[in-house]
Formats: sequence, structure tokens, C-alpha cells
Amino acid sequence: MAAGVFLTQMMRDMKSQKLRTFLTVFGILWGTASVILLLAFGKGIHAQQQKAFRGMGEYIVIMWPGRTSMAYQGLARNRQIRFREEDATLMKRQIPNIGLVSPEYTLWDAKGRVGKTEKLMRVTGCWPEYSPLRNIIPQMGSRFINAEDMEQRRRVIFLGTSLAEEFFGEENAIGRIVLVNGVPFKVVGVMRQKEQDSSYNGRDTHKAFIPSATFKAMYGYEYVNNIVFKADKPAHTERVKKGAYDVLGAKYKFDPDDEEALAMWDTTENEQFFSTFFMAFRIFLGVIGAFTLIVGGISISNIMNVVVEERTKEIGIKMALGAKPRFVMSQFIFETLTLTAIGGLLGFAFAVMVVSVVPSFNVEDYIGTPEVSTSVAIVTLSILGFIGLLSGWFPARRAARCDPIEALRL
Amino acid sequence: MSSNGSIIKLDHVHKVYDTGKIKVEALRGVDLDVRQGEFLTLVGPSGSGKSTLMNILGCLDSPTEGTYYFRGEQVQGLSLNRLAEIRNRRVGFVFQNFNLLPFSTALENVELPMVFGGVPTRERRKRGEEVLERVGLGDRMDHKPTELSGGQMQRVAIARALVNHPDLILADEPTGNLDTASGQEIVNLFEELWKAGHTIMIITHDPNLPMRTERTLHMRDGSLHNGNGEGQ
Repeated sequence: MAAGVFLTQMMRDMKSQKLRTFLTVFGILWGTASVILLLAFGKGIHAQQQKAFRGMGEYIVIMWPGRTSMAYQGLARNRQIRFREEDATLMKRQIPNIGLVSPEYTLWDAKGRVGKTEKLMRVTGCWPEYSPLRNIIPQMGSRFINAEDMEQRRRVIFLGTSLAEEFFGEENAIGRIVLVNGVPFKVVGVMRQKEQDSSYNGRDTHKAFIPSATFKAMYGYEYVNNIVFKADKPAHTERVKKGAYDVLGAKYKFDPDDEEALAMWDTTENEQFFSTFFMAFRIFLGVIGAFTLIVGGISISNIMNVVVEERTKEIGIKMALGAKPRFVMSQFIFETLTLTAIGGLLGFAFAVMVVSVVPSFNVEDYIGTPEVSTSVAIVTLSILGFIGLLSGWFPARRAARCDPIEALRL
Repeated sequence: MSSNGSIIKLDHVHKVYDTGKIKVEALRGVDLDVRQGEFLTLVGPSGSGKSTLMNILGCLDSPTEGTYYFRGEQVQGLSLNRLAEIRNRRVGFVFQNFNLLPFSTALENVELPMVFGGVPTRERRKRGEEVLERVGLGDRMDHKPTELSGGQMQRVAIARALVNHPDLILADEPTGNLDTASGQEIVNLFEELWKAGHTIMIITHDPNLPMRTERTLHMRDGSLHNGNGEGQ
């Protein structure tokens, strides 16, 4: 209909006021790019943090034995609790809603040797479940410890990424032999590289893992260092923790309310903290971006006001020739929306471009990979549309309300 | 075509401008009857209310008191949209300073009223070209106003006024900004249009113009003299 006429007119205005048009579009471009980039980086940083944090495991609880702080059933307080491997089995059997469990033996400073290369390393004795619990994923063509290794107490070993590299370099480690304190172990797997920013006894990349059954038989440890477990769903974590106090309290005779008897690191609490923190962080960034965009909108509105002022005469002519107020209004709203759309699209393109070149700077470990998600795009574009409409509305209404007689006198 | 149907009927029309402190009575009871096919001039000193009357006749303004019928339709109290429709379809304006859109071509200027009237693009172009031919500007259609002489600009404006086949052409000092020769041509053009059946009212200072028209209305102090019938 009239869109063609609107467009011709607009092109003309834009040409005659190049700088003004550029500044207007730039304001919106900048605002849009700010919103998108801030949200994209916020998301990337959050994802990176989450990934690094989950390097230790997702929604897991690490439990160490503690000392009782309450007298219980005639037993004095201040008794040291210690875990045995079968406690993990007991927990698995008796705690409702429990998910994966694994005990963890630790041999500090074992001597590892391959050929002439000798390394001090930390050896962990664990169950096969330890792999999914702690996000220790075997590289292609290798595996973690399995049930048969456990049954037959095989001398098999799974190496952390860095450890495997130090021993074997670029060569394939699978099937090779590592001497642990002089005893040969066959390498069955190597860990896939991962991010890990939290730990409780060293980074997994520098550790070696063997079946707990083999560990116990070889080193004669009676007690495990700690037990790692998780609930079947993150929401059940509290219930399962309580279950651990009940089950172990019954076995070791301590008050299930005695918090000191067991020490627990519940990583779901960190997850929650970080989720909340990053949600707030992203809202903060989004608000900053949105305000930038609003400022852009205000400048568009101002400029449209000037445009209306300048075109008063023309508006008067059009009204005298029978343009309805609606027509006058839609012309200005059309112009504002078109400028906003151009600025928005350019800003969007700019943001996408920035986001796509960021990974080439190798900064992923620090800020993650920024991502322009659909939701970010939709949110930004709707804010943009709303601002465009709002900033066009008032100048357009002013134009439509102008008195043709007054306007023609100019 | 020139039936005696009434196009305009004003009945005791008053217009008062209330500026808050003082009230200015621009029109004091104007009665007027304009019939189909008439060619009139409205003369009077400045400040006599000519422009106010023209604005009211052109549905740009409405009377404070009295009644105004355009083609039998009572104008006062109509919505802004309906007034815009009347201006668009039934009135053709020609202004002293042409009031063309400076950055649009002659053809685009002429097409403008048809844009507001919702005429499809192709028909707009066809009708625009026809009417520009008719005012003798067939070879100037793609020129911008700055590339045209005053007389040519006024022809574009007249073409624009004609393009929607209005019932009434209102021309406010159409020769005021033109040299004598160009002014003469414009008056000739109006005369042709009148002979072709158009109803035309010219508001002017030009003392020679009234002689060319059928009827002359004199405006003084907001009242019309020799209004209906006289001078014919």
C-alpha cells in the first residue's frame, strides 16, 4: 500500500541527513550489540564455570569420617569414625534414593615407573562407579575399571591425562605396563582431557586409578579414605545425606544428628550458589545492556521529534490533501521501526561476528565460549521492537495531531 | 454537467478564535450558496476573514457557530478522518506558495492525494500522467519543483488538485507568487477547467481577476457582501 511511498520518503531523508541517520542507527546498533554480547558472554562464562566445576563431578557428595561430638548410647564423645569399603555397599543397599556410590582409597606418593621414566603419583582405589561420579571419562579406545577387574582383583590401571603423557608421550598407552612401587599394572584406559577447578586430593589428570579390590589386597588398607556418592536426582541430595547419617550412625553408634561424625562436601550447594550468582550476574548484565538500548531508543525518539518538527510543513500539505491522522502516524512509526530494525540487525550481526571470532583468541579457559542463544536473540529483538514502537509513538502522535492550517503557514 | 445542484451551503457561520485573553471574531454570520459549475472569486482586504472562510470551506477548520453543508452533508461535528476524506476526494486545494513536496517529482506530487485515497499504484501513475498532460506538463513529469518555473509549479499544484475529481477547487491567491504572464496563464487554465465543468473558487487580491469570473464575493470584517446572486 503506502509502504512504497514511506520508503521512498525515508530514503530521501536518510540521504539528506547522513550523519544524523548514521548516529541514530549506531545508537541502536550499539545497544543491541551490548545486550547480546553481555548476555552471550555471561552465558559463556557461566557455562565455562559450570563445566570446570563439574570436572570434579556433578551433584556429588564427598564424605569423610569425622569425630563424634555427642555422647551416644553410653559411648563417650570424641570417638574417631573410620570407613570400610563395605560401608559403601551398606549405603547403596540401605539409603533410599541413593544413586551411584564409590569408596576411595588413596595411596599418596606411589612410585610409578615406565622404562626409565619415574614419577611420584597418587593412586586411587575405587569402584567402576567412580568414573561417572567424578566425570572421569576414558579416551576413545580405552576403558575405566570394570566389574571383572574388581572380581578378579586384576592389576589394571587407568591413567590421568597428564600422567599418561608424561609416561608415554605421544605413544598409545593402552596395553602398556606401569610399575607401581615395583609391581606391574597393565594400562586399560587413559582419561579424556577435562576442565577441573575444584578437587579434594589433587587433580584427576595427575592421578592413577586401580580397582579397590586390587588396592585392598595389595596394600592391606583396612579403611578407605572417603566415600563419594550422589542421589538419584539432585533434588534428593539432602535426603540421601540424612540417610548416610542414619545408616552409618546405626553401624558406628553415633547420634544421627551429630554433624561432626561425618564431614561432607555437598557440591550441589556450590551448584546452587553459582546458579544463583550467575543468574544475578546475567540479570545485571542484561539490565546494563537494556539501558544502553533504551538510551538508543531515546535518541531515536529525539531525532524523530526533530524530523517531525522539520517536516511540519510537509505534514500540513499532506493533511490538506486528505492524509488521515493514521496515515501520518504510520509514516513516522514506520520510519522509526525501520531505523530500529536496521540498527538492530547490524548490532545483531556485529555481536554474532564478535562471538564467532572470540574462540580464535584461545581464551576459552578464562571466559568460556560466548553463545548467542535463541532466547537471547528473542529477548533482545522483542526489547528492540518495543523500544522502536515506543520511541516512534510519541513523535508520530505529535505529527498526527498537528493542525494543518498552522503547519501550512510555515 | 453544470446542473444547479448545491455544493456548498453556509448558514450563519461564525468563527471565533479564542486566544484566552481576547476573542477574535473572524467570521460573523456568513451565508453562502455555491452551485455546481460556478466560477467565483472571493476578494477582500487582509484580515477580513477570507482565509478563515477558505479553511472552513476546505474542511480544514470548522465553524464555531452556524451550519455548513458540503454536498448536503453537515460538516461540523464530523470526525477528523471523515474531514480528511472530504478534503481528499471532494476538495482540490491550490495555494499561493504552491505547497509542493520539494524532494518529490511533479508526478509524485500529483500522485499524493491518490496515495491517501488508496488508489492502486498503476492507476495512480496513469491518472497522474493524464492530468499532468492536461495542464501542459507532459514533458516535465519527472522534474522536481526546484527544476520548474513558478507557473509550472502552480500547474503541478492544479494537476494535484484535479486528480481525485473534486467537487470544488479552492485556490488561495493562486497568482500571488507569479509574474503577470504566468499568472495570466494560470487564470486561463482555471477558465478552461471551469468550461470543462469544474466548480472553482478563487481567493484573490488581484483586481483584474473578478472580471473573468461569474460571480464575485466581497469579504469585509468577517461578513460577506454581494453574496448570493449579485454579480451574476
